[in-house]
Amino acid sequence: MRINPKVAAISVAATMSLAIAACSSSGGSSSTNNAGSGSTSSSGSTAKITLTWQNNGTSQPLLGIWQAVVTGFHAAHPNITIANNPMQNELFKTKIPIELKSDNPPDIYQQWGGGAEATQIQSGKLTNLTQYVSSWIGMVGKAAAGWQVNGQQYGVPYDQHVVGFWYRKDLFAKAGITTTPTTIPQLISDDAQLKAHGIAPMGLGGQSQWPDAFWWEYFAVRECPESVVNQAMTSQNLSAPCFSKATTDLTSFMATNPFEAGFNGVAAQSSPTSSAGLLANGKVAMELQGDWEPGEVLGDTTNKNIDSLLGWFPFPAIPGGQGPASAVLGGGDGWSCTTGAAEPACAEFLQYIDSTAVQQQLVTKASIGIPANPAAESAITSPAVKAAAQAHDNAAYVAGYFDQALPTNPGLALDAALANFFAGKGNNSTIINSVSSSSGH
Amino acid sequence: MARGIEVAAPPEIASGGVPPRKPRQRSSRRKRIELTVLLVPPLALFIGFVIVPMVFAVWYSLYNWNGYGPLTDFIGLQNYRGVLTGQVFHQALVHNVIIAVLSVVIQLPISIGLALLLNRRMRGRGALRLAVFTPYVLSQATSAVMWLMLLSHGGPVDALLKSAGLGALVHFWLASTSLVLYSLFFVVSWQFIGFGIVLLLAGLQGIPPELREAAAIDGATAWQATRRVVLPLLGPTIRIWIFLAVIGSLQLFDIVWIMTLGGPADSSQTMLTYLYFNGVERTQFGYGATISVVLFVISFVFALVYQRYALRRDTAGALTRAVQ
Repeated sequence: MRINPKVAAISVAATMSLAIAACSSSGGSSSTNNAGSGSTSSSGSTAKITLTWQNNGTSQPLLGIWQAVVTGFHAAHPNITIANNPMQNELFKTKIPIELKSDNPPDIYQQWGGGAEATQIQSGKLTNLTQYVSSWIGMVGKAAAGWQVNGQQYGVPYDQHVVGFWYRKDLFAKAGITTTPTTIPQLISDDAQLKAHGIAPMGLGGQSQWPDAFWWEYFAVRECPESVVNQAMTSQNLSAPCFSKATTDLTSFMATNPFEAGFNGVAAQSSPTSSAGLLANGKVAMELQGDWEPGEVLGDTTNKNIDSLLGWFPFPAIPGGQGPASAVLGGGDGWSCTTGAAEPACAEFLQYIDSTAVQQQLVTKASIGIPANPAAESAITSPAVKAAAQAHDNAAYVAGYFDQALPTNPGLALDAALANFFAGKGNNSTIINSVSSSSGH
Repeated sequence: MARGIEVAAPPEIASGGVPPRKPRQRSSRRKRIELTVLLVPPLALFIGFVIVPMVFAVWYSLYNWNGYGPLTDFIGLQNYRGVLTGQVFHQALVHNVIIAVLSVVIQLPISIGLALLLNRRMRGRGALRLAVFTPYVLSQATSAVMWLMLLSHGGPVDALLKSAGLGALVHFWLASTSLVLYSLFFVVSWQFIGFGIVLLLAGLQGIPPELREAAAIDGATAWQATRRVVLPLLGPTIRIWIFLAVIGSLQLFDIVWIMTLGGPADSSQTMLTYLYFNGVERTQFGYGATISVVLFVISFVFALVYQRYALRRDTAGALTRAVQ
């Protein structure tokens, strides 16, 4: 290929000027991070800060909402620039560890809290936000606890999730079920009633594996006192007898064949043949899933009225269980800042996202389900989502998804052991031992 | 290049007017420059992107490391013991071998048959060639998502079988622990058979038609000409295809990960899905590096043995023994 010398010269000059510009901008920084660096503005009086923000809003409506949030924040904070950098959700698992090892991690990134956050702190790159958020974190309420490690706030949530039963009101009515079950025996009885009317009771996306874990974890939350669950997550030890009782409960429940045929090969989401799609298309009457289910089913069916057909009820109580019947299993989405970032500016941005006005926008336009700031819950219009949000607010406590509450390695070892159990491989001891012996493969 | 310079040399140089060694010197210097210019960039890339990462993988494999912080927890060969004695890894290895064997036993004859068919002059040959090659052009992720939907219980494949009166053949294609590996093999074959056919077609194009004609004149039947003339001459292509198919089978990942995550109950786990789950998802990078080293050794040993015993004649430029 022939290269025109003039073009080459111009290219080199342009590259060099860009490099010089990049160097000069970091030269004026108060931080060591290029991406999160501040630079002296043209007037020379005000320090300008640029923060890179890595979130999973790659598609609408979230993509547009986050861009609007950035615009709104810029208007109120002219000296801070947020560079929105969306990334596919699944890439976070692989990219974050690599980015946190680099000298240039994103200044703000999506954080799901719990044990995974504790693992990430080992990189030494996460900002301890406690001092910056102490004046306002109270508006998030008890949700903030899921993003604390050893009492320190290394992340801040922007929404909350709760797992419960999403059911088809029309199919329940067809089977003559007038009230939702409040105990496991009632649930089993309702399953039988649905089957008697030719309706498959429950969908389960066993191919995706994580929905299997919801079941065992909820049985454990109902069988174990709160302190035992929390202790088990901290000590990474499931040897308390109530966890084995959860396996016994699950075994008995599965013996009633509540799930759709071939559930081990059914994905959880993103197609009409997924478990969410089965609910959306009336092939099953209910599914144990997170509060994101209404948004999910909407994409899996042509029935635009599906939202009005969906109802929600919490995981039923277990007679004799030591765990509070109102406790819920859940989690949420949030953010962490990295140490290179201009830390007060980063915290200001997180405060802006959790402000009531922005949170209401997220509820109405992005269907985030339950906002982290309870003051914004009034914006929820769907009665089913409202029921889920109320159950979350009134819960004795919120047990974090175990795979998130535990550090990553034992958490996923538990998920794998539970998925195997659902597929007929393993027993109670493989589940219990998966966490404590997660270094053994 | 060097020969061109010699030919172009003026007569007086050859007759000794100028020292005769000069052009050769220039030519050898030029050769060195050419070698440097041509070899250094690929060598640098190879060292930087193949050798160095391999050395790093071996280094990481000696540590217990979750990817955060420095490498401090040296555990020697403990990761290797974990991998080599692990039941799930054994299962994964067996699954890879099953896929490799099935590829050679089932995919290869089908590919040869279709290539022979598509090599003939017939109506719609272009369209047929396009049809068999199209799946290969699709990304594996697209194919996997498509077949995940098609093979779902009660999905389009089941509906098709039922409508054809073959309802008894309906199975849990992806949910049955005894069937899922073979369902995945079907999808892998669907995806890659086009590549084999194109490769073999290219091999067939290289066989002079005169040889077939000569065989026909000598009284050979079409089958005899194929069996005794065409297939032996296609040998090098077939051997390369087997090499690529086995290495591809050992490195099977995308389709399996998207369709089954290696499940249910590890019944479709491959070495790479096992690596990805344990190394990347569970952030056990030391352990993951160990699996990658073991996988590399297996692939490398196969490649060496295959090169030594099967490909040597081809790479030396010979045809097959049958026609020598």
